[in-house]
Amino acid sequence: MNLTLNIWRQDGPNAQGRMVTYQLADVSEHMSFLEMLDVLNEQLVEKGEEPIAFDSDCREGICGMCGLMINGKAHGPEVTTTCQLHMRSFHDGDTITIEPWRATAFPVLRDLVVDRSAFDRIIQSGGFISVNTGAAPESHSVPVPKAKADRAFESAKCIGCGACVAACPNAAGMLFMGAKVTHLGELPQGQPERWARVVKMVSQHDHEGFGGCTNTGACADACPKEIPLDVINQLNKDLLAAMRVRG
Amino acid sequence: MTITNPAADTFGMYTVGDKIADTKAPDTPIDKMWTTRKFDAALVNPSNRRKLSVIIVGTGLAGAAAAASLGEAGYNVQVFFYQDSARRAHSIAAQGGINAAKNYNGDGDSVYRLFYDTVKGGDYRARETNVYRLAEVSANIIDQCVAQGVPFAREYGGLLDNRSFGGTQVARTFYAAGQTGQQLLIGAYQALERQVAKGTVKEFKRHEMLELIVVDGRARGIVARNMATGELETHLADAVVLASGGYGNVFFLSTNAMGCNVTATWRAHRKGAYFGNPCYTQIHPTCIPVAGDYQSKLTLMSESLRNDGRIWVPKRAEDCDKDPRQIPEEDRDYYLERIYPAFGNLVPRDIASRQAKNVCDEGRGVGPKVGDFRRGVYLDFAESIERLGRAAIEEKYGNLFDMYAQITGESPYEVPMRIYPAVHYTMGGLWVDYDLQTSITGLYAAGEANFSDHGANRLGASSLMQCLGDGYFVLPNTIRDYLAHGPFEKVSPDAPEVAAALAAAKGRIDRLMSVNGDRSVDSFHKELGHIMWEYCGMERTEEGLLKAIGLIRSLREEFWRNVRVLGSADTLNQSLERAGRVADFLELGELMCIDALHRRESCGGHFRGESQTEDGEALRHDDEFLYVAAWEFAGGEDGVFGTPVLHKEDLVYKSIELKQRSYK
Ligand SMILES: Cc1cc2nc3c(=O)[nH]c(=O)nc-3n(C[C@H](O)[C@H](O)[C@H](O)COP(=O)(O)OP(=O)(O)OC[C@H]3O[C@@H](n4cnc5c(N)ncnc54)[C@H](O)[C@@H]3O)c2cc1C
Ligand code: SF4
Ligand code: FES
Repeated sequence: MNLTLNIWRQDGPNAQGRMVTYQLADVSEHMSFLEMLDVLNEQLVEKGEEPIAFDSDCREGICGMCGLMINGKAHGPEVTTTCQLHMRSFHDGDTITIEPWRATAFPVLRDLVVDRSAFDRIIQSGGFISVNTGAAPESHSVPVPKAKADRAFESAKCIGCGACVAACPNAAGMLFMGAKVTHLGELPQGQPERWARVVKMVSQHDHEGFGGCTNTGACADACPKEIPLDVINQLNKDLLAAMRVRG
Repeated sequence: MTITNPAADTFGMYTVGDKIADTKAPDTPIDKMWTTRKFDAALVNPSNRRKLSVIIVGTGLAGAAAAASLGEAGYNVQVFFYQDSARRAHSIAAQGGINAAKNYNGDGDSVYRLFYDTVKGGDYRARETNVYRLAEVSANIIDQCVAQGVPFAREYGGLLDNRSFGGTQVARTFYAAGQTGQQLLIGAYQALERQVAKGTVKEFKRHEMLELIVVDGRARGIVARNMATGELETHLADAVVLASGGYGNVFFLSTNAMGCNVTATWRAHRKGAYFGNPCYTQIHPTCIPVAGDYQSKLTLMSESLRNDGRIWVPKRAEDCDKDPRQIPEEDRDYYLERIYPAFGNLVPRDIASRQAKNVCDEGRGVGPKVGDFRRGVYLDFAESIERLGRAAIEEKYGNLFDMYAQITGESPYEVPMRIYPAVHYTMGGLWVDYDLQTSITGLYAAGEANFSDHGANRLGASSLMQCLGDGYFVLPNTIRDYLAHGPFEKVSPDAPEVAAALAAAKGRIDRLMSVNGDRSVDSFHKELGHIMWEYCGMERTEEGLLKAIGLIRSLREEFWRNVRVLGSADTLNQSLERAGRVADFLELGELMCIDALHRRESCGGHFRGESQTEDGEALRHDDEFLYVAAWEFAGGEDGVFGTPVLHKEDLVYKSIELKQRSYK
């Protein structure tokens, strides 16, 4: 298929960005979206133009490194990551607009590459269970009901890609945070720090410049790992409970 | 350059140096060794730890676990990684599971059996002391992860569930659906971030190590490039740990993440760290076959699928383009079940891969033709779906089936998967002793970056175990024996060794930027990958390897003359990052071929066409090759590769009897 691509180019964090249009011919429907960009980059290098910078690493939908706004949708038209999106989702003659995540908390570094360090700082603020190496009890001393273990796992599938933030009209990080609070909050090991965790994480989230949640659900629609919207309810409930505990 | 008149034996490619040996494993019975070593290793007073600094390169399972643990202990830790978050290291992609000798199923598992299976699976080319210790710490790993909140799969009673993996007859693999690596890494990452918040660990994201700094014979720091700004930085410490992963991307196409590279370990090798068994490569039997030239990587379908999927090809070549569902039972060849009745579809990876290649070479492969042959075999779930129901299969493998459908456009619930072997893991790596110290004092290597535990073939679910074993339990105990002698004399940032390392990194970047040739970095990488796959892949021969070495040499020469890297070095520049990695792969590739050439036996994943049994199985030559090949770099500017020196470490088996492997 032949495509017209409108791609965001920006030379550095403080440079003015612009959309640039490229034509790309003979794209196979079996290519992944990023392989399509690889082919474009090879052609640019051939012509002596600087290739387009974009992030990816595993290309298996698990590391969370990739992430592009494709025709205004985070990760494009399917429920998957950008690296797992394939060109069979597009048609000959299509025009595709490709932009970086847009959010105050995720500044652009170059072209389509953004800085998501804010997510790490949210985890640093409390997204863990405090257990030192060597201090763990025998695993089977604490059985975990399967339903709880399964829900913890469903939430722990979050890959930290940031699509939820990019999709949200307020650029809130609530789905990401809700996923972590639910993952750790469902498990017996996560109980001792449960209330302190949620308070610290929410405060860090707000401090980073993420917006507030208005329950539009755009985050869950964009999430490639199908993290359910109700983790945000769980986050809010835990936050309320934490306030009560603290008085 | 072509090879004329090769001298007998070494072909003029290498020289043989002194033998080496591990001197750190205590002289006690194997089951007392680790306890003894931990007891004998010097202690560091808690109040002194903060004055001792450690640089760790890598935040995969090995690096993140080590950094978190050393941070908890109170050392001053700096970690470096090339991604934008520590959570994205390649370990995140591991699917199937992690082994541990818990014997929760009462099926006769034990530390000794895990040790035995691992040594046998590695075709008796691993150091037994290291492997025994790995089996010993395996149970603690699971406890640690569960305590961190890793949501392993559980049974209805609330206890942990297990599955089986290739090369074993017990179920000892712990898992979290097909996302075990992700869950383990998130556990380690969270422990790491907790230390970042406490200030014991400092993170350097989007930083790539480009040089090792060695002062007075000790590793004292690194030169790293800040990939976001292009700035070159020097970082100094009392000890350096490389946990930078494997080098499978030398083949261009592999299941590794795009950024996996050999640069960190190769730069250390150039500074004097021996490289152990570089030719031992694992080709994984169950990956999605190559679809086209544009392909950037290959995707693994976890080995755990072989628990419930049956591997077959048509008996007759004429049936190969038929719809597999129309081929009746009697016309199918379930070749692994036929040849290896005892292990069937669960034979070790090297065997499953080579047999897949054999049936495809016979013209019985399936799927689209790539060149003259169809390169694929079926992995069929029809029978398990009928026996266990679709829901049960979905629960176990749902995410893998979805990934397969996403990539190929076919549903494995409806039609059999098509799979083919692909490069997956490198057993070789920096040579280390029992303490995980390399041949450079103060430089340690952990995880896939070292050579230590898997011999010539790694069993499934054993890498995650090794990475976490190294990171949580081994390294923190052994490195303190070294740090107890510190803090070492402060190295000035202006010291000549530091300035020289910085100048070397800068000179190399300048050179890459100034070639201004005609060919893209990727085109060189692809060509190197073709050479490696063709001649140093699933089957290796003397003739092929000699040819490969000639091809690599001329490709490397062309690279430094004709590569095109656009843009500038002082901004984010992904072509430049790749160029540096490919430059190192072009040197490593040659060493791999030399290692493969010198080892005139077949063992595990290293199959030499000249050394096989009558029925085509790998034939070892213990009389001649019962050793680790540790290679010393022999000097040379970038792109120049002197004649490497081979140091042999004899493998001594006291606790296990040497046998030819059999899975029949
Ligand atoms: C698809 C797939 C599935 C797998 N499944 C399993 C499984 O089920 N069970 C199992 O046991 N094993 C499995 N493996 C193998 C296992 O995942 C790896 O061997 C293991 O995770 C390696 O971990 P590591 O900590 O050594 O390094 P990695 O996880 O590879 O991490 C390397 C780290 O080093 C950093 N780094 C690298 N180079 C540099 C540099 N030059 N400068 C700075 N930083 C650098 C990276 O940023 C990264 O943080 C699988 C592998 C693959 C590819
Ligand atoms: S919640 Fe979903 S969209 Fe948000 S970071 Fe996690 S995986 Fe990405
Ligand atoms: S590149 Fe890893 S999720 Fe897309």
